[in-house]
Amino acid sequence: MRITCPLNGERDLREFTIMGSVDYLDRPGQDGTIEALDDHLHLRDNPAGETRELWYHDPSGTWLVVTRNTVTHEILSTELAMEVGK
Amino acid sequence: MAKLNAKNPADGLLPLTEGEMTLTEVEAREIWSIAPYPGVSAGIPSPNRSTGKEGARMIWAGRDQALWIGTNAPDAKLSETAALTDQSDAWTIVRLDGAGADDALARLTPLDLREGHFKRGHTARTLVGHMTAQITRTTKGFEIMVFRSMAGTLVHELQVAMQSVAARSKAQRSWE
Repeated sequence: MRITCPLNGERDLREFTIMGSVDYLDRPGQDGTIEALDDHLHLRDNPAGETRELWYHDPSGTWLVVTRNTVTHEILSTELAMEVGK
Repeated sequence: MAKLNAKNPADGLLPLTEGEMTLTEVEAREIWSIAPYPGVSAGIPSPNRSTGKEGARMIWAGRDQALWIGTNAPDAKLSETAALTDQSDAWTIVRLDGAGADDALARLTPLDLREGHFKRGHTARTLVGHMTAQITRTTKGFEIMVFRSMAGTLVHELQVAMQSVAARSKAQRSWE
């Protein structure tokens, strides 16, 4: 599997670490309920197909949002997490 | 107070020669991190590129970050637009060159090192074995940087790769 980082270009999977669902970018604020926080931490979909995840490019310290297909292992798109999280 | 002697990271380990490849230490007197303040360009190289030449080189080192490698510290005026951090003692820099150097390095890094793809002046944050590293192609060969504490591992990994490539090309010649 190869991931095309918007900054570093196409790189081997070995250079990346997965952090988990992109849901981690939407952390409930101070006014959120404890249930919302519990959902944020523990409730995940487990799709067979398209999924969006946070990946980290270890050598350059770049956070990415990777859209990929869990069935075909196809990488559909990559964006800088910084721009998605704005 | 005891007199302390400055010691290079790869002291006693380099230089090395295997086949036509040589591995030498690059003595960079000044290595500085340059991190431009938000919204300022500060003239750092674009991603995966380096600018300048030996003795005054800037290499891209991550999002909004570059490394200055030179005989002198970077221009003090840069501190108006970027955060400068002295990292001179924090890195090991080695140079791998000679015929077969790209084959030896290709055994350790997932990077596409072919001349047409990774050209002179190109740089990359990547892996050498299990270490994160920065690889730059210069006129003289590949410059490989790792954290200072990993100097011994880097030299060992590269030496094994160089020996394998040298042995292989020697065997190849004897078959022909």
